Amino acid sequence: MIGATPQLKSARRRGELQGKLFQAFLYLSIAVGLVTLGTLVVQVVIRGVEFVDLVLLLESPSADPQIAGARPAILATIYLGLLLIAFTVPIGVGTAIYLEEYADKSRWYNRALEVNIQNLAGVPSIVYGILGLAFLVRGLGLGRVLLAGAMILTLLVLPIVIISAREAIRAVPDTIRQGAYALGATKWQVVSRQVLPAAVPGIATGSILALSRALGETAPLLLVGALTYVAFDPTLLGDFTALPVQIFQWTVRPQEDFKILAGAAIIVLLLILLTLNAFAIWIRNRYQRKW
Amino acid sequence: MSETESAPVKIVDVSLDRLLQPERSARSSVARETVFQVKGVSVLYAGNRALDAVTLDIYRNEVTAFIGPSGCGKSTFIRCFNHMNALIPSARIEGTILFNGEDLYGPGVDAVEVRKLIGMVFQKPNPFPKSIFDNVAFGPRVLGMKDGLNERVERALSQAALWEEVKDRLKSSALSLSGGQQQRLCIARCLAVEPEVILMDEPASALDPIATSRIEELMHQLKKDYTIVVVTHNMQQAARVADMTAFFSVNQGAEGQRTGVLVEYDTTHTIFTQPSDKRTEDYVTGRFG
Repeated sequence: MIGATPQLKSARRRGELQGKLFQAFLYLSIAVGLVTLGTLVVQVVIRGVEFVDLVLLLESPSADPQIAGARPAILATIYLGLLLIAFTVPIGVGTAIYLEEYADKSRWYNRALEVNIQNLAGVPSIVYGILGLAFLVRGLGLGRVLLAGAMILTLLVLPIVIISAREAIRAVPDTIRQGAYALGATKWQVVSRQVLPAAVPGIATGSILALSRALGETAPLLLVGALTYVAFDPTLLGDFTALPVQIFQWTVRPQEDFKILAGAAIIVLLLILLTLNAFAIWIRNRYQRKW
Repeated sequence: MSETESAPVKIVDVSLDRLLQPERSARSSVARETVFQVKGVSVLYAGNRALDAVTLDIYRNEVTAFIGPSGCGKSTFIRCFNHMNALIPSARIEGTILFNGEDLYGPGVDAVEVRKLIGMVFQKPNPFPKSIFDNVAFGPRVLGMKDGLNERVERALSQAALWEEVKDRLKSSALSLSGGQQQRLCIARCLAVEPEVILMDEPASALDPIATSRIEELMHQLKKDYTIVVVTHNMQQAARVADMTAFFSVNQGAEGQRTGVLVEYDTTHTIFTQPSDKRTEDYVTGRFG
């Protein structure tokens, strides 16, 4: 008993030091991320803010940076976003419902499907770009058009949408399904009237986050032929560019003014993405449920 | 269970005796109508026998209680009556259950049709994340009983003794109700589709004593119109509410597998005062359990 007290003391001091060190490491980790992001945002805003104006939003690109705008790129990014929602949500949610509610997990093909989707989520976006080029642009003969860009971004984020939708569906407690079945509901009624409505907030959040990731992608769009100079409003089956592509193009121009213009376009892109993410967080908080 | 385990045997005996309703035995002159005839029913999960060869009859407008220790298969058994075991792919049922003389597992029997007539209330209140009204209206809506929906909802809530408490906030979320209110809502939800039988799987085990006694009162009233089957691990509850009681126990197999068996089935009075099986006596007097 007498010997126990000093032992206890020294052990506690050592534990405290380790705890402090660990905390310091955690603060450092956070700082790296925050400082990098902060520097980026501050730099971009300082350099680009003077060009964020109606000219940027409403005019087409031009050789003269003073009158150059990103209107076709901004419009194309909005179109891409709308097409993405139209393509990914039905397919992604449908797949998720199949896997969670209908698939017999003891069948090998269902397990293979799951593993496949998880692996697809980790495939680099450039590989999707190559697929788009080979299969959509050349194979299907779609050409280098907006629709091909939207389709390849769909394939890119589909695994993310599926995985998040599955998680949302799985989070609906089984007691809800059983309660509905016990009242004489059919499987379709249980899924459509109980499971899906309860999973909507989670599905919406996941889909919006996937959308904001897709809208920031450049590489696959470059491969399926997003052009760097488009002076007209985009159409479904016409040439197109997108905000990230436009930014990329402006940053490689030698003139200093185009770099400022790129900064301004980055601010616009960041605003679009932050708005989408804020919307996703709002949905999540608004509909959060305690079971 | 632990309080009955640790309490002195004498006290348990006395309290159970006091709780018992005036005897209404199987030998009484009232003609009883059989709702379920269970013949040699076994349930297997992935080949393991969870419940073995149960045979008993369940009578109309009575409360029938299934009691017994954990793992004795009483919850498994009650889920046979409304095909809930069919939701578990590995489950298999042997034997026959006749419902009003008709084979519940016969060819062409639709689980959805069965569940219309045989409702269920679960252990943990499981209101849908919808309004109070929509919870009660869900059953009638999925079954296409659209006429007079408002009256139907009001009637069900009144029968479940919840109407007065919620009539001014039918549109608010069911999740805002207390645990006891949620469970009465689940009972109302079940009544709204006008079943013949209500199965209750430990309906009060997640509730406080006051909410529990309200559920028990409700069972007394509901048995006038419905047949009630209740699983409980609370013997006092069985003594208070049940007309008939079935005691289940666990048989330990040679390789450690546990199989539930029906030990004794009789009037509640007989089960609690003069059980014929030693295991029943040990259980109801708190020596085992």
